[in-house]
This record gives sequence, structure tokens and C-alpha cells, in this order.
Amino acid sequence: MFENVSRRNFLQVSAAGVALLGLAGCNGSNYSAGGSEGGSGSIKVGIMGPHTGDNSSYGLACLNGAQLYFKQLNEDGGVNGKQIEPVVYDEKGDATEAVNAYNRLVQEDGVTGIVGDVTTGPTIAVAQASVADNMPCVTPSATAADVVTYGSNYFRACVTDPEQGRVMANFASEQGYKNVATLYLSGSDYSEGVNAAFCEEAEALGITITSQQSYAEGDVDFKAQLTNIIATNPDAILVPNYYQDDGMIVNQARTQGYDKVFLGVDGWSGIYGGSENYAEAANLHDCYYCCAFSSSNESETATAFVEAYEAEYGEAPTNFCALGYDAAMVLANGLAAAEEAGLEPGSEDYKQAVIDGIASGTVEGVTGSISYEGTGDPIKSSLIITFAEDGTEETFEVLEA
Amino acid sequence: MEEEVMTEKRPIISAGGGPRLEGAARKTLPMPVRYAINAVVVLVLLVLGELMIDGGVVNRYQSTVLEQVGIYIILAVSLNIATGYLGQLPLGHAGFMSMGAYGCSIFIIRMSEALGVGARDFVTGTPLALALVLGGLVVGGICASIAGIIIGIPALRLKGDYLAIITLAFAEIIRVVMLNIDDVVGFDLTGGAAGLTGIPGYSSFLLVFGCVAVVCFLTHTMMKSRHGRAILAIRDNEIAAEATGVNTTYYKTLAFVVSAFFAGVAGGLYAGCVGVLQPAVFGFMKSIEILVMVVLGGMGSMLGSALSATVLTILPEALRAFSEYRMIAYAIVLILVMIFRPQGLLGSYDFSLSRIIERVMNRDFPWARRAEKGDEAAKEVGADA
Repeated sequence: MFENVSRRNFLQVSAAGVALLGLAGCNGSNYSAGGSEGGSGSIKVGIMGPHTGDNSSYGLACLNGAQLYFKQLNEDGGVNGKQIEPVVYDEKGDATEAVNAYNRLVQEDGVTGIVGDVTTGPTIAVAQASVADNMPCVTPSATAADVVTYGSNYFRACVTDPEQGRVMANFASEQGYKNVATLYLSGSDYSEGVNAAFCEEAEALGITITSQQSYAEGDVDFKAQLTNIIATNPDAILVPNYYQDDGMIVNQARTQGYDKVFLGVDGWSGIYGGSENYAEAANLHDCYYCCAFSSSNESETATAFVEAYEAEYGEAPTNFCALGYDAAMVLANGLAAAEEAGLEPGSEDYKQAVIDGIASGTVEGVTGSISYEGTGDPIKSSLIITFAEDGTEETFEVLEA
Repeated sequence: MEEEVMTEKRPIISAGGGPRLEGAARKTLPMPVRYAINAVVVLVLLVLGELMIDGGVVNRYQSTVLEQVGIYIILAVSLNIATGYLGQLPLGHAGFMSMGAYGCSIFIIRMSEALGVGARDFVTGTPLALALVLGGLVVGGICASIAGIIIGIPALRLKGDYLAIITLAFAEIIRVVMLNIDDVVGFDLTGGAAGLTGIPGYSSFLLVFGCVAVVCFLTHTMMKSRHGRAILAIRDNEIAAEATGVNTTYYKTLAFVVSAFFAGVAGGLYAGCVGVLQPAVFGFMKSIEILVMVVLGGMGSMLGSALSATVLTILPEALRAFSEYRMIAYAIVLILVMIFRPQGLLGSYDFSLSRIIERVMNRDFPWARRAEKGDEAAKEVGADA
């Protein structure tokens, strides 16, 4: 078909393609420039995360939450009368792209603070790069311990993986479970991190870990591990993985006749009632997981956030949406402190003032009150979520920090 | 006419000079002068780039992207040795890259602790830090070439699809080893799934493009030597090559190991550029990404590999402003090229500055030759009539 295409035709087609791309580029830039009507009195803030690729559900959730907060803030008059102007970059979950996006935000766009990054690996890369600039950054969801250790400029809005493991161990001890087994994803820093911390804390609290089973990425059949676990007759099984796997594990364990307790952590968020149901409602009895936010939480800030989010995006917010919202709130709190001091945006003093403002301030976020005590790790409450008979989430308990 | 140009066979590494001019003796440049000219051009470009970065004409964002361009040029050029020159299809280049990246960064982290070199020294570039970085890059390259030997000797007895599968599998093995070696053996090396962090940012424009120049030079000289000709002979016809006395197993392994070594160096530079290594980065898609660069640029063309590595690294960044469309644009470029230029953008053409200078010295310009050809064609038509 293309055998008779001459070089001239090839050039014409290529030129047309390039022109089209150029047009698309203009559209794109016009679109992104639409938000900058705040004029000279605006503050630029970067938002970055994986908006395409494997982890895009987390990145987009954080993005939506953060944008909702900045929008509400702008409607209320912004920070010190200045409008917040978010600059959004996608990094596809790749550390290299994240460093590029970070450098671009700082060097080309001149942002004063960043909400991001979202997943652990890219966040560590950004954290290392940002120390030299002393750029204030708040990650909504990167839970690895390393993230906040490189400099004083990095904060997170969520609690760490090990912290979640300890919370669940304490919960198990409170509920009087004597024997607990675990089933975790081997090779995942998240799953292994929670598992290790849980086992350590649980044994210190006098709980027997009857069996620690693992599976590999992509496994869909957990019957062998579950048979081993059920043979040890545990009171509860800790499943510290993401919701797709958790759903399959719960379903398969229930068909094997296990009807006792499942414990989980915030990766469970979205197992039921999201875009898809990963476990059957009838199987979700006696499942408890800890997380920062659930739309079932009936506190005033949380219900107001759920209403606003549903009005804006037409769907119920997840844990990550709330963390994105809170991360934006933490950063805005720091910006407010720097603005009040009347400093020049972009100067070293301004950045330091933002960092100090975040470190010393306390914000009442939708995931509970967030404050910092000398490190980038927040002191905050967590929720224990369980499921009603029809599969909807219920808040079982609020654990104060 | 067009088809004639497309199918015209060109030598991969030209021994210099185009068609000889009849009559007048052709003026040529002696070899040392050729190397001197190229060395001067490379030096001028490096100094110019460094001055622009120091002067702030190129900001840090742009220079980081440039470093990545350089790293991908090394990767593409090194894969081109195995794909374009040796004619095999290895799909495990990311595995060698990760060997180099981990080898280099672990060496540098451990040695800088032992020698008391701080993270700051790598940025300012003290002699000790510089020696450490160069040593690290060599260690990274050696780690990768050991992996290359281990896989090369059994794998290169296979051809085509089988070789592709076995190299693919080997790269996955490397990735899984990186992921689990700490847990299983009890080392404290790679950091497992959480990744290796705290790698000093030692990659700079000068270092990366210095390495690019060295890699291109070594590849070029190797391919022009006896060994290079043996490798090309194996690609063109393995049985004939063996019959004429070329030790095919040796030369195949040699090309493969050299390719792995350079990939390891690139991996070391990558580690210094990004500052964190996670095994997941070096998956199958990374190998494909590098292979796409080589195929797009033209198999067997060093310039093609370098050009397409540049374009394909800059493209996603340049299109960042409209991020939703950039992956589509990337795919469209690939499809268009594969439909209209299946042999790659440059086919097997390679650039030689000396050849151009010689052309100018001999006043042998393309337009002059085209006019000549036109005359010949007119004569032929006349004869037919």
C-alpha cells in the first residue's frame, strides 16, 4: 500500500503531523494558562504525581483533592489576598520523570511549594533533589521512612507504613486476639514494611504470630497459603496489601470456610463500593482496617469535604483524595505564615518561612488534625474502618494520636 | 529513482571517501589529522556546553534533561553494537544497565564512607571524588560485562527469537535478584523493593558527555579494526564468516560484552543523575525503550542511535505542557517512521566529519554529482529512443 510513497509525500505527511501536534500544543498551553488569571498577585504551587500509568489512580485522587482545596481557598480570597495558581505535572510513576518534573517546576515555573510526589520511589528521588533548593514539599501519600530524612523541607500528610502496622497490632491486642497470621506481598516495600512492624509490635504485646505467608506480584490464587494459615487456627489474619489482592484473598478464604477476622491497612481503601467491588459484601464481615479517611466518618470537616468533593467530581472521595486535600492544606498553611511575614516570594527566607510555618502549625484536616514535632512525620489520629452487611464502610473507632 | 536510493547498499563503517573521482588524484586527510579535528570539535562542544550551564543560559532543568539524553545515547549506541553490528536481537539491555547502576552506586557509597568523601565533594568535584566516580563507572561496567559473559556464552549459541527470549529472561532474573538478594542472603546491598537511596548526585554535563565521546570513539575504533570487521562478517553471513576462519563464538561474545560494559557505564551515570534506584525501573519496558531508539534511528548507525535517543528523550519532556497528548504523539511518531522508513531514520548511514571535509577539499558536492547523474540518465533515455 505504501510502496509508492515518495519522499515528498512522506515530508508532507510529517509536516502535517508536526503542525497538528503544534496546534494541540497551543491548545494545551492555552488550557493551562486559563488558571493564571489571578494576575501578578498569585502564588504558584506545583502539584505532581503519576496521572498516567500503573499508579494513576492514586496520583489522580491526590490531584483532585489538592485542586479542590486550592479552588476553595481561592474562592475564599486566597492566601493574604493572593490567588493560588496550581501547576500540574504528570511523572508516570517514574523516578527520572519525577526529577525532571521537579526541576521544571522549580526552574521554569518558579513555584513556591509543591504538593507531591505520590508514590515512594519517585518521592525519594524528588526529596533528594529538593534538599539543595530547600523547597517546601508536602507529600500526600509517600509512606517510606526515608522520604522526610534528607532535609527539613519535606513533610508528609499520611502516617508511615510501620506506624500503620503498629496501630493494627495495638488494635489486635485491644480486641483480645491471641493468635494472628499474616499474608503479605513479597517484594513490595509497603506490604513487607507493614508486616514487619506488625509482627514486632504484636509479639511485644504478647500476641503469637502463628504463620507468615507471602505471595508474589500478580498471583491470583492464594489457596495454598490460606490452607497453611487456616491450619494454624488464627483468631485474625493480617492482609497488608492493596485492595485488588485483598479482595481476592478475602473471597478465597471465606470459600475455604474461614469466618474469623481480617485486619488490613490503608491499601484496603476502595475494596468495596468504588469503581468496582473487589470482594463480595457477604464476605466482608469482621474485616477491620486502619486508614486516615473514610467517607463514612461523620465528623463535620469530613462530611463537608465529602459533599464538596461529590459536587465537584461526581464521585465519592477515597482516602487518597482526602490526603491530597490535606497535603494542600498543610502547604497553604505554611504559605500563609510566609505571606504574613511579608517576604518576597522565591527568596530563600520565604522558603524557610514556609517550612517553619508548616513545622510549627497545626491544621484541622479532613483526615484528622495534623501537626509536626520536629520531623516531617505528622502526629495525627487514625480511623478503624469496618463493613456493614451490605458492604458499605462504617467507622468502628477513632484512635487518637 | 526513490526506490533506487532506498535499496542502495551502503557500507556500515565506511573506509573513507565516496566514489572516487576519475582522473585527478583525490586529496585525502591523514588519519592523525582526522582524529585531531574530531577531538577538537568534541572539546569545543563540551567546553561550550559547560560555559552555557555555568553562565545560566541553560538552567538546571535543561541540563538534567541533557544528562539523561547523554545517558540514553550511550545506551542506544551500546545496544547498537549487539543489534546493528552483530545482528542479534537481545532484549535484556536494561538488565546490564541495572547491573552497572547498582555496581557503580554501591561501590561509590561504600568507598566514600570508607574514604570520608562527603556528598558535597561530588558536587564541587574534588580530585578524590572524581577518581571515585570514574572508578565507580568502571566497576559498574565490569559488573555489567561479567553479567554479559555469563549470559553471552550460552545465549549466543542461539539465534533470533530464541536469543531474544533468553536475554529477556536473564534481565528479569537480574531484576528479581536485585529485588530479593537482601532478604534471601542477608546482605545489605540493594535495599530491595524500597530501593537504593542516598546515592550522591555525581553526574554532570561534562562527565556524561565526556563518557558519550569516549564510548562513541571506542565503538568507532573497534568497528574499524580487525575485530569490528569480524563482527560485521558474522552479521552478514555467519556460516561464511566461520568458513573463512572467524572465531564466531569469540567475536559474538566480545561484541555482546562490550555492549554490556557500556550499558553498565550508562547505568552508573543514571544512578548519579536520579539519586535513587529501584529494581522496578529496570523492567522489560526499559529494554524495549532502548531497542526502540536503535530501531528508530537505524540499525547499524551510530549517528542514528544517538539522534533518536536525543529525540525520544527530549520529546516527552518538550510535550510535558500537554501531558495528556504526549504519549499519543510519541506513539504516532513511531508508527509514522515504521511505515515510511522501516529501516530507521538513517538506515545504516553513518556520519563522518572527515568525509565531509574531504568532499569540500575535492569540491565533490552532492549537487554536482546529481547533475552528473542527470546527464547520464538523459543519455540513456536518448540511447533507448
